[in-house]
Amino acid sequence: MTDAAIAAPTRSFAVDKLGVLIAALAAIAAFLPFAAFRANRIVLGEAKGLFAALPGWEAAALAIVLAAGIGIALFRTPTLWRLATSLVVLALLFVAIGHAGTFLTPPGDKIARVSPGAGFWLLIFAFALLAADAIARLKLKPWTRIGVLAAVALFFAVLLGSGTLNDLSILREYANRGDTFWREAQTHLALALGSLAAATVAGIPIGILCHRSDAWRAPVLNVLNAIQTIPSIALFGLLIAPLAWVAANIPGASAVGISGIGAAPAMVALFAYSLLPVVANTVVGLDGVPPAANDAAKGMGMTDWQRLVTVEFPLAFPVILTGIRIVLVQNIGLATIAALIGGGGFGVFVFQGVGQTAMDLVLLGAVPTVALAFAAAVVLDAIVEMVSPKDTRRD
Amino acid sequence: MKPGLIIRLVVLALLVAFIVTPESFAWVFQPLTKNGQPAIYVQNSLLNLTVSHLTIVAIATIASTLLAVGLAILVTRPFGAEFLPLSRSLANIGQTFPPVAVLALAVPVLGFGTAPTLVALFLYGLLPIFENALTGLTTLPPAVTEAARGVGMTDRQRLLGVELPLATPVILAGIRLSVVISVATATIGSTVAASTLGEVIIAGLLSNNLAFIAQGGLVVGVMAVLIYDALSALERALMARTGQRRQHA
Repeated sequence: MTDAAIAAPTRSFAVDKLGVLIAALAAIAAFLPFAAFRANRIVLGEAKGLFAALPGWEAAALAIVLAAGIGIALFRTPTLWRLATSLVVLALLFVAIGHAGTFLTPPGDKIARVSPGAGFWLLIFAFALLAADAIARLKLKPWTRIGVLAAVALFFAVLLGSGTLNDLSILREYANRGDTFWREAQTHLALALGSLAAATVAGIPIGILCHRSDAWRAPVLNVLNAIQTIPSIALFGLLIAPLAWVAANIPGASAVGISGIGAAPAMVALFAYSLLPVVANTVVGLDGVPPAANDAAKGMGMTDWQRLVTVEFPLAFPVILTGIRIVLVQNIGLATIAALIGGGGFGVFVFQGVGQTAMDLVLLGAVPTVALAFAAAVVLDAIVEMVSPKDTRRD
Repeated sequence: MKPGLIIRLVVLALLVAFIVTPESFAWVFQPLTKNGQPAIYVQNSLLNLTVSHLTIVAIATIASTLLAVGLAILVTRPFGAEFLPLSRSLANIGQTFPPVAVLALAVPVLGFGTAPTLVALFLYGLLPIFENALTGLTTLPPAVTEAARGVGMTDRQRLLGVELPLATPVILAGIRLSVVISVATATIGSTVAASTLGEVIIAGLLSNNLAFIAQGGLVVGVMAVLIYDALSALERALMARTGQRRQHA
């Protein structure tokens, strides 16, 4: 079915079912505010439709582009066209919302806030669906997918750098705390990547041990499973006490930055959650090595160690890498909880924002977290596909 | 009775006893407190919090099961086959949204309280159930579906009488995963004022009282393990009934 969709750019004007869905979403979006204007940071918003949010000609131009985009989505058009259309419409929507910010903010007003409205988000969702569908159908090669991701990242970098979006509320929040933002970004990445590295270094040997010894397998996997059931906020909290004890009683521990609150318990908690996917996938990967390969290696007179390094591990690697992908995406999300125990990261903005009912601030923490997790998933999925043997690739 | 079952029943009895009369377990948590802090959280009844916690998880899980199984059925019929690749990648993308972000972003639309938590758990629960339902419905033994077609069953009869019953154990495994994640994630809902056991943990974080953090975490963790085991047992029973022998995940 998908092959046919790519190969045959049908001349007939058959209606596409996804196109109907996108058109319906866009129709609903037309009745929702495109942007919201607030006189200051926490008062309720004043809804602005598309034609109230942008200068007349720009609103009209955007409406025409949207209509054309819906038209292309609605009929069975070549998949590549659909991808190009969705990306162009999405890019124009982001530029337009930036212009709406500038247009709606009274000149010189530093307190007024303009944020994207429900209509804007729904349009983004509709055309993102079109893009996701086209990308899934095109079955892009791993490098191409990374390339598309890089192009999207570059687009946002240019858009942010050019100042087009500077009058939007989320960037007003950023302007107030630019330094803090990058410091928390560093902390967030250090937490997510540091715990991943530690879990990989510790988890793979544990996984090998569990694979080789049945006596270890059940107890180790059960303990790691049990850790997953402890709610994250409780685990973060429970580690405060033991680490405070370590800092107070082990010479040199506090000198290297270990303390009861802050990044240390967060790092340990993330490490604990990360172990299960790494260990379990190592075990599954090694279990999946074909017996024939092992027998051949044994027959050639390889030692256990040689067999592990040259036969078993390379064959199990794609599965282990899948575990690492799960951990990375999960850790980027979980690291937001670290803020509750003073561990820093993007969660600082999320929880401050929730506390002050300032949604712009919540977005300042949530948007980069989601973007990072998404980018990590795309890149690692591509790498997993690259290292997987061709015949076992998943579609 | 098997020893495993007895241990679980004892743990369940202890859990219920603790939830109903937490004060009688004060001595367990006393060593975790300092400077005369209270050992047991009394601002809100533990029983009420547990009931509300489980209700939120149950409602969210039922809603996500209905939608996820419905969608999986839709995309595996000829009518919805067009949506199959998209639904797969959406399920994949959906998982990259951190629960905290979903919760926090739902607040402006739904206000503080239980509603944002319900939405976050619902969205989060969809993915494992959808993936498993899809696996269950697309990996049926061809001989069985052929036979069903051969005896002249209609599409509807095949779906209700053959495909869904055979896929049920796999779908149940997805529900099990989703419930266990939800039981733990519901605690985060208390950061936006939902009434869940997270309230006890957050009270502990705010007043630096380890006893509160431990009792909240323990109740949630033990509930998750018991629910996981109960659903696993149900799955095994169902599989035995349909005569399937699948490798356990």
